Amino acid sequence: MERTTIDLWVGVFVALGLAAIFGLALKVGNLTSSNIGETYTVTAAFENIGGLKPHAPVKSAGVVIGRVDGIVFDSKDYEAKVTIKLDKRYKFPTDTFANIYTAGLLGEQYIGLEAGGEDAQLKNGDKISHTQDAVVLEKLISQFLYSKASDNKPSDSTKAAE
Amino acid sequence: MHNIMSDNIVEIDNLSFGFKGRLLHKGINMVFPRGKVVAIMGGSGSGKTTLLRLIGGQLKPNIGEVRVDGEVVHKQSIDGLYQLRRKMGMLFQFGALFTDLSVFENVAFPIREHTNLPESMVRDFVMLKLNAVGLRGAQSLMPTELSGGMARRVALARAVALDPQIIMYDEPFAGLDPISMGVVCNLIRSLNDALGATTIVVTHDVHETFSFVDYVYFVSGGVVVAEGTPDELRKSDMPFVHQFVHGEADGPVPFHYPAPDYKKEMLRGHDA
Amino acid sequence: MLKGLPKALAGLGNRTIEGIWRIGAGARLFFYIWFYLLESFKRPRLIVREIYATGVLSLLIIVVSAFFVGMVLGLQGYNTLQKYGSSEAIGVLVALSLVRELGPVVTALLFAGRAGTAITAEIGLMKATEQLSAMEMMAVSPVARVIAPRFWAGFISMPILAALFSMVGVLGGYFVAVPIIGVDAGAFWSQMQASVDFRDDIVNGIIKSLVFGVVCTLIALFEGYDAPPTAEGVSRATTRTVVNSSLAVLGLDFILTAFMIGA
Repeated sequence: MERTTIDLWVGVFVALGLAAIFGLALKVGNLTSSNIGETYTVTAAFENIGGLKPHAPVKSAGVVIGRVDGIVFDSKDYEAKVTIKLDKRYKFPTDTFANIYTAGLLGEQYIGLEAGGEDAQLKNGDKISHTQDAVVLEKLISQFLYSKASDNKPSDSTKAAE
Repeated sequence: MHNIMSDNIVEIDNLSFGFKGRLLHKGINMVFPRGKVVAIMGGSGSGKTTLLRLIGGQLKPNIGEVRVDGEVVHKQSIDGLYQLRRKMGMLFQFGALFTDLSVFENVAFPIREHTNLPESMVRDFVMLKLNAVGLRGAQSLMPTELSGGMARRVALARAVALDPQIIMYDEPFAGLDPISMGVVCNLIRSLNDALGATTIVVTHDVHETFSFVDYVYFVSGGVVVAEGTPDELRKSDMPFVHQFVHGEADGPVPFHYPAPDYKKEMLRGHDA
Repeated sequence: MLKGLPKALAGLGNRTIEGIWRIGAGARLFFYIWFYLLESFKRPRLIVREIYATGVLSLLIIVVSAFFVGMVLGLQGYNTLQKYGSSEAIGVLVALSLVRELGPVVTALLFAGRAGTAITAEIGLMKATEQLSAMEMMAVSPVARVIAPRFWAGFISMPILAALFSMVGVLGGYFVAVPIIGVDAGAFWSQMQASVDFRDDIVNGIIKSLVFGVVCTLIALFEGYDAPPTAEGVSRATTRTVVNSSLAVLGLDFILTAFMIGA
């Protein structure tokens, strides 16, 4: 085969490979979403984060507006300190609520932000003081068992908790 | 060595070689004088090709040594060996052309590998060599498109591409028609004389070989059994040489592989 | 029965020695390839030609297989996931299985069958027709001229093929999930992006394919280089290439996965 033909094909081959790697990184993986342009960082403390993991999405009204950057255990207050990176385009009031939700019954956990009514906005390094912990299924079931020994379906209690 | 040939380019000295305890060569002595065409002859399986590989340093002798241009082959480092091999050109039995390269590129291969000549000079050299073997017109063919004789000639052009001092041929006539055979014979002789090289031909084609070589070694049973010029050997009354030169079926080299008595073996089959 | 025992033990010993010898000889070949590293990259043309032979010519089988594997994953995944009412997670399932495991592993298996056998047969035939000896006699190292370029070509081609396999597989899964089954396209991609981590999943998959590339190419080269120079020897070597490469890939996959998950 001609040299140039081989060169051309190998060039196409390598280009396809690079495109595939980029495609995987950007379209399949979270490389784009973990670098959502300019971000600012806020923290939130939870008594229990359940199954929340770094890189988990942070949503408001169902829209992804940031990512969980890191989770550390604060041994002073015995709480989990979660660092959140939020997109600079989205501003939230200082009395915003941070809740840990579960996507579906068995899905991944994410943080949902619910805006409050204050005029002042969260700035880089601020702390979200209003938080609600993750729902721990075992706790819920035991509570439920102790409080009402009735014939309620378990699925109702989960829904109620959410 | 009893001949008075002082300037030998290749000397084989008391060489023994074998695989796994079975010795193929048992103390071989040969010399190859500069400028001569020397044939090594012997039956199939007598280790003639192995001798060429020992000269080329692809195998190491168990005892004894091979000296090329005064240097002991098996004591060379890899670099030394490669330096030594650049003085040699070898034609393999079926040419061993690189099947993925064209005729031109095959001949150009050693030139490209060992020199940094510009493309135009590489081309000149290749054309020169291909012209010498009469295949300038076949330069763009692939090896699979060549006949056996043509492939052999291309391989020859490749073997002499870098003007070696020693040219070795491994069965150059095997599987060739009479015309191609004559062509190859002439080429071996003329290339040797034109390059001022030394030629070693391993073969068992008596008549073709005797027509153009200067000296012949007969190898059998791991030793040199006879040697001399073709004329001397034709007249020789040594039984082996006589059998070999005249192509007789039975003689010192028996027709039968060693076996128990024929009659007894046949009878035993009936007893069972 | 006892009579056969020494013979069986001797056979076992023989095979063990043979196996160890092969590993050693393969390792030596690997060492020589590195020894000629500079020399082989001084002639990139040779490597480019071999990338064509190993990579480009494997492209079709890789892309077609990947698309089918992706579609099957989509179907099977949907079938199971819908029972738990989370059919949107189909993208996650398809992408994670492909990127972490199927991409590198199936690519390596296909590579062994397509490119590996070609390499073994080619080198075995070059040996059988004395082309390698001829090269040696021309003071050119066959390792530098024939073996090393093929090795680097395999090393470069494998991750590219594996990445393509994963990407095309995901597209195959998308094709089944979104237009055919009717999963929401946005959910398909967003769930996937939320769960597939670049470093932990994609980069690890690429690392796997690099290791498989080294192993598959080396086995193919070694089997060809070591093949007895006969038609039968070459055909047996080709079979061994497929068997040994597949076993090595699957075994190494387990070890690599254990390290990656453990780490």
